[in-house]
Formats: sequence, structure tokens, C-alpha cells
Amino acid sequence: MEQKTNGFMGWIDARFPATETWEKHLAKYYTPKNFNFWYFFGSLAFMVLVIQILSGVFLTMFYKPDTALAFQSVEMGIMRDVEWGWLIRYFHSTGASAFFIVIYLHMFRALLYGSYKKPRELIWIFGMLIFLALMAEGFMGYLLPWGQMSFWGAQVIINLVSAIPFVGEDLGIWVRGDFVIGDATLNRFFSLHVAAIPLILVALIFVHIVALHAVGSNNPDGVEIKKNKDENGVPKDGIPFHPYYSVKDIVGVIVFLIFFSIVVFFMPEMFGYFIEHANFEPANPLKTPEHIAPVWYFTPYYSVLRAVPSIAGSAFPGVIAMGASIVVLFFLPWLDRNPVKSIRYRAGWYKILLALFVVAFVILGILGTLSPTDGRTLLAQICTVYYFAFFLLMPIYTKFEKNKPVPERVTMK
Amino acid sequence: MSTDAVDNSKRRMLVAATSVIGAVGAGFVAVPFVKSWNPSARALAAGAPVLADISKLEEGQMITVEWRGKPVYILKRTDDNLKVLNSEVDMLADVNSDMSKQPEYCKNPARAYEEYTKISVMEGVCTHLGCAPKYVPDLNNPFAGSLGSDWKGGFFCPCHGSVYDLSGRVYKSMPAPTNLPIPPHVFKSDTVILIGQDGSNA
Amino acid sequence: MKKTITILLFATIAIMNMGTVLASSGGYPLAAANVNVDDKESLQRGAKVFSEYCLSCHSAKFVRFNRVATDLDMTEGEVMENLNHLGVKFGSTMTAVMTDEYAKEAFGAVPPDLSLVARSRGVDWLYTYLVSFYKDSTKTTGHNNAIFKDVGMPNIFWKQEGVKEAVYEEHDGVKTLTGLKVVEKGTMSPEEFDTMVRDLVAFLSYIGEPNQSYRKSLGIYVLIFLFIFFGVAYAMKKDYWKDVH
Repeated sequence: MEQKTNGFMGWIDARFPATETWEKHLAKYYTPKNFNFWYFFGSLAFMVLVIQILSGVFLTMFYKPDTALAFQSVEMGIMRDVEWGWLIRYFHSTGASAFFIVIYLHMFRALLYGSYKKPRELIWIFGMLIFLALMAEGFMGYLLPWGQMSFWGAQVIINLVSAIPFVGEDLGIWVRGDFVIGDATLNRFFSLHVAAIPLILVALIFVHIVALHAVGSNNPDGVEIKKNKDENGVPKDGIPFHPYYSVKDIVGVIVFLIFFSIVVFFMPEMFGYFIEHANFEPANPLKTPEHIAPVWYFTPYYSVLRAVPSIAGSAFPGVIAMGASIVVLFFLPWLDRNPVKSIRYRAGWYKILLALFVVAFVILGILGTLSPTDGRTLLAQICTVYYFAFFLLMPIYTKFEKNKPVPERVTMK
Repeated sequence: MSTDAVDNSKRRMLVAATSVIGAVGAGFVAVPFVKSWNPSARALAAGAPVLADISKLEEGQMITVEWRGKPVYILKRTDDNLKVLNSEVDMLADVNSDMSKQPEYCKNPARAYEEYTKISVMEGVCTHLGCAPKYVPDLNNPFAGSLGSDWKGGFFCPCHGSVYDLSGRVYKSMPAPTNLPIPPHVFKSDTVILIGQDGSNA
Repeated sequence: MKKTITILLFATIAIMNMGTVLASSGGYPLAAANVNVDDKESLQRGAKVFSEYCLSCHSAKFVRFNRVATDLDMTEGEVMENLNHLGVKFGSTMTAVMTDEYAKEAFGAVPPDLSLVARSRGVDWLYTYLVSFYKDSTKTTGHNNAIFKDVGMPNIFWKQEGVKEAVYEEHDGVKTLTGLKVVEKGTMSPEEFDTMVRDLVAFLSYIGEPNQSYRKSLGIYVLIFLFIFFGVAYAMKKDYWKDVH
């Protein structure tokens, strides 16, 4: 390695690639100059991760993973007795929902501008694994306050495991460590929530960013900026991430914090969507709440589950469909056969298909929070069919797309 | 991309302003996290002042009550004990309790309220390393062996041998640096002491 | 089609292993509680009603007396004398006078803890619930509730409120409860009674989240700070991005 620095940094650089890392990933990481609104959510996801780790570490200091103490340690210990405990908990509960909002928008950005396409397939797959880990993290974290929704939400999801033919029953008991969700379940979920999954998440985020910085960022035009370099080898449409995108992302983070603070300080329950009302009652295995709905970020998949009719009394088909609705996303880079990345240069009717997909996804999400009626179930079925058709028919319909000409260089719209 | 016509001083000013505000914000955010380590309402409730009934306490006797997880000694001294307190002052390390911890109303040889000179209230926590000193009223006590034949009564810490007099004042050349601390306390009546709270009109 | 949907519906319920019931009020409209948790006098009155009427059977075991004193501007003496009927320590929490064993024998179940009832049920539900008891001689308690059918709790305020009867409307053979009317006057005027119930609900809302007022007032400062931060950071971003064409 050629030594470019001297003095203190020289001493460091001879032993650790500090300057090299700084330049490679920030000061000389060339980023397309035409990023728009949708490109804030990557850095925001990182911001939320920091909020969750910081608040989570402190909550762990006061929380007691014991069915006899858990509810009280949250609702009395943290929310009342510990100085500022309430604020730390609201950071964490709001952060959980914020994480999913940010991640969903980040994923939608990838759909809009084809960020999953060659050569970024692995970035997308690492991202999907992050999404899976995040769902596991959210699900297990939701059990910890040991409220009615914690208990019954976990009950419903773990019963899905039991729906697997032949081994389901035993598997359910193995996951719970008991015949009901109890102390054993709470303790293992606690361990996974505070130690195992966060470690996996951080590792996945690391490789997600390594892969991104190896191929470089996509942009709203879907043009590879590395194809047009000047005499110094710097992409003509690139600007160094630092300072240009660091100063821009700071603004994004502040705007995010404004919305985040509005929720934390003025509507921490978010009308029962971020903290469900029934969760203010301690878990009672003998009394089912009047209305059970998973936390909002799981409701689209929950709707898919409910939309699929059971066969021969087995709920397994629904479970398969729910799993498939997430697994299908992994294959997105190979389902989409259109070489054009950005929606800006794709067919008009594809824009409509994508818009309808968003509508279907949102409707599924809303239906998942409501109790089923005949009409609602039918609507959920229509949306579920559309959800799968959008992805599974992609290899066919993307072949017939008439694209607009893609420019050579990025545009500053 | 052009770097000419950039007003560097304005840019530096903006970076400095953003950094300062960001640092202030980070400072504000740190407050709840740091303060969450303070004793919780539950710990404060458990550490609330405790009442001690001394109606059955005889002269020369000592009782121990618990306050904030520490033993608090309540000792009722005899007239003879009180006389001794002024006689052997040159053997004590901090005769006037200048270096020691006690409420202002107990900064006297008896280290007690003027109206209740006989009653000594002190924390049973050796100022050396926190062991509980033993009450050794006379030479009949098992701990009195090493204290010499002219022992007039006091406290002996079994851990490292610190010796205190009957006011909890430490002897010279002992491992313990200062006298036994005296907690805030107030006489609710002649026989009831509230430990953990100063008397406002004592 | 209808059959499959019906099967589907039952299958869904089977999957969830539990039924879902619609809105907890059963269709009876909830009245707005209109409580103000910043009105300390209202909270103080509510606290007194709470300790006199509720604390005999219900607990509020997450609520400490000393915290109530601080938040409601009451002295230790006032709280110990007026609210703390069991004479527990100032820093202790609100336990019910009645023991769990006795309550089980008397009511068949331990009355729920009320620390968080305002957050799980909502203040409007609480207010409506407390004013919606009506006479029903088929029940052992002698009354029923318009939004909590066959409730086990006695109508504790019947002396003050008076006796109410249910008003039904019939449509296509279906009888629905549409309102309540007073048939026997109570010791309080309707206005006095209403104020008392609202004070109580305000206090329940306060104990549900004791720092809710502080949280909101702090939020204003946080937002002001963030807006200033935004202004400066945005100016910085603008300045840097002048370079980019």
C-alpha cells in the first residue's frame, strides 16, 4: 500500500486503513449527482438503527424477561419509576414502526428505479435478508411488554408454525419451549431480540453496504455513471459522497426527526397502530382480546394469509401463501426481464401496474388491521391475486414493454 | 462541477453553526439516557426515611435499623460514657469531626442533638472499606482482646482493626480516615426517631 | 360462492384460533369525555372520588401516592389523609382495600387494576361506561350497562345519579337499545353528577400516563430546536450544492 499521509495519520495508516477507508467510502466515493427524495431512506434506515440500538440497550437495563414481572417492569418500572424511562421507551416503540416505514419506502425506491437489476442483484438479496431479520426482530420484540396483544399476536403467529403438516405440532412446542407461550418463550425471544438478531442485522447491513460500494449507487435515471469517466477516472456524473451527500443527508435526518418527534411527544400510540390499546392490559392466556390484529407492518402478509382458503381443515395453504409473498421478492432481479432500470424510461402501462401494486399492498395492509367480513375477504383475495400476478407474470409482460430511449448521462430533473 | 466562486468563509460559518447545534442536540439527547441511571421512584420509595422506636432502648444498649440498605446504629449512652468523650481527645484523629460527614446539628463531641445527648445515631459503615464495626461496650466483649486494658468502650471494625469511640470518632493511626458518618435524622418525639430526614425545626 | 366465503370465514377464524368481535361498545355511541388533564383542581377532585369509590375494590398498583402528590400539587398530609385510606407509606402504590380473595368470592373475579384502564379503553369509553348503567331486574346486581353488557360491577353511583331505564327502538323485529332515561332523581343534579364523572375520568387519564402533559410541553421545545437545526443545516446544504451543476 502506498503511504500518502504522514504524522499522526501516517502512523495510523501504516497500521489501519483509516484514510483509505475514509476516501474509498466517503470522500472519494463517487455518487450520482441526481439523487432525489427517494434516496434519503438508506441513510434514514441507518439513523433508525442507531436510535433502536441506543434506546434498546437502555431499555434492557430496566426490563425483566419474566412473565410475572415483564408487564410491570415496562408499564411501571420503565414508564413511571425510571427517570425519563417513558421517553426511552417511546423512542424504541416509535423507532420500530419508523424502521418499517423507512425500509418500505427504501424498497419502493428500488422498485421505481430498478435498483435490484444487474449488477445489483446481491445488494437486493442482502437487503431482503435485512428485511426478514427486521421482521423477526419486530415480532420477537413485540412479545416482550407482555401485554394482551404481545401474547395473542405471538399466539397467532406461532400457531402458523403448527399448521405445517406432520411436524407442525412438535415444532410449535419446540419454538415455545412449553405448551403455551410462557416464561421459556419470553426468555428466548428476549435473548434473540437483544443479542442474536441485532448482530445478524448489523452484519447484513455491513455486507449490503460493501456490495453497494463495490458496484456503485444506481440513480433515478438508471444510468451507470461509471461508464462515463473523465481523464482522472472520476465519473463525470459523480460527486463525492462527502461532503455533498453527507450535508444533504443531515437535512434528511433532521426532517425525519421532526416527524419522529411529533409521534414520540404528541401521539406515541399513533391511534393504536404503533402501540395497540389492548397491550395496556397484561397478557392473559385465558381471555382473548375482542379484536386481534398484528402490528401494522405485518398486516399486508397477514391479509394474504387470511385470504387463502384452508384446504381440508388445514391452514397450511395460507401459511405457504404468506411465506411466498415474501419469498417472491427475492427473485425480483430475475423476474424483471426489462433491461431498462428506471421507471422514467419504461412503458406507461408498467407505471400503472406498479401503482396498482402499491394500491393492492396498502389495501392488504389496511384489511389486515380489520376483522374479516365477506366483502373484505373477497377484496383481500383480489389484492392477493394481483400481488402475485404482478411478480409472477413479470417475466412475460416485461418482454413486451416498449421503452423510451434512455439518455447517456444522468438528468437533473 | 466548479469550485470557483465559493465563499469559503460563509461555508465555514455554516458548517460551524450546524456542528454546534448538532452537538447541543446530542447533549440534550444524552440527558434522558444519563438520568435514567438515577435511583428510580421505586428505589427512592425503598430509601425513604424510616422510623425507629427507642422507647425500649436501655442505657448502654444499641439497636440497628436499616436505612437505604445500610445498618444505622442507635446507641443510648450512659453518663459515664459521655464523660469519657471529652477525656481522651488526643487519641482521636478527627476530634471535632471537621473531616467527617454529619449534619451540622451533630457537630459536637457527643455527635448528637443537644436535647438528646445520650442518643447517638450513626451509620454502621466503616469509613475504611465499608465493613460494619462491632459495638464493644466493655472488655467482656469477644472483640475487646486487642483493645488494651484501659478500653472505655467504642467500636471495633473486624475487617482491618479500625477503632472508634462511643461517638463514632476514629482513633489515630487507624486504616479508617474519618469518623463514622451520621445520617440526617430527627426526633419525632422523645422515643421515636425518623432516620433519613433533617429536622426543619429541631 | 357465498358458501365458500362462509367456509373461508370460519377457516380464517380457525386459523386465528379465536373469534374477532366488532367494536367494543356494541354499536351504542360513545360520548366524548372532554377531560382536561392539565386542570389540577379537576384532577384533585377526581382523585378524591377515585379513592372513595374505586379504591375499595380496584387497585391502581402502578401509581405511587407521592407521585400523585407532586403532580397534582397536593401536600403529603392531604394525600395521606384524603386518598390513602389503607395508611400505606407515602411512596407506596394504590392497592385496593378489598383483598383479591374476598373480591373473588364477592364478584367471582378480581376487579381489574385501573392504572392503565384509560389507555386500554380510552377516556370516551370510560365516561360513557360510567353514565350508562340502567335498571335491569334480571341481573343479580339489579342493573346492566349499555356499553358493557352483563357487567359484574355494581352501579356505585346510583345514589348520586338516580335510577335510569333503557329506551329501546324496534326495527324489523330487532330491538336495539338507543338511549337511557332517568326515572328516579338522584342526590346530585345532572350537572353535578356529570362534573364528578368527568373529574374521575380525568384522573384515570392522568394515572394512565402521569407525564402526558409534560411530554407534550417538552415536545414543543424539541420541535422548535429541530426547526432551527433544519434552517441552518439546509443553508449549509444549499451552499455546498451550489458546486453541483
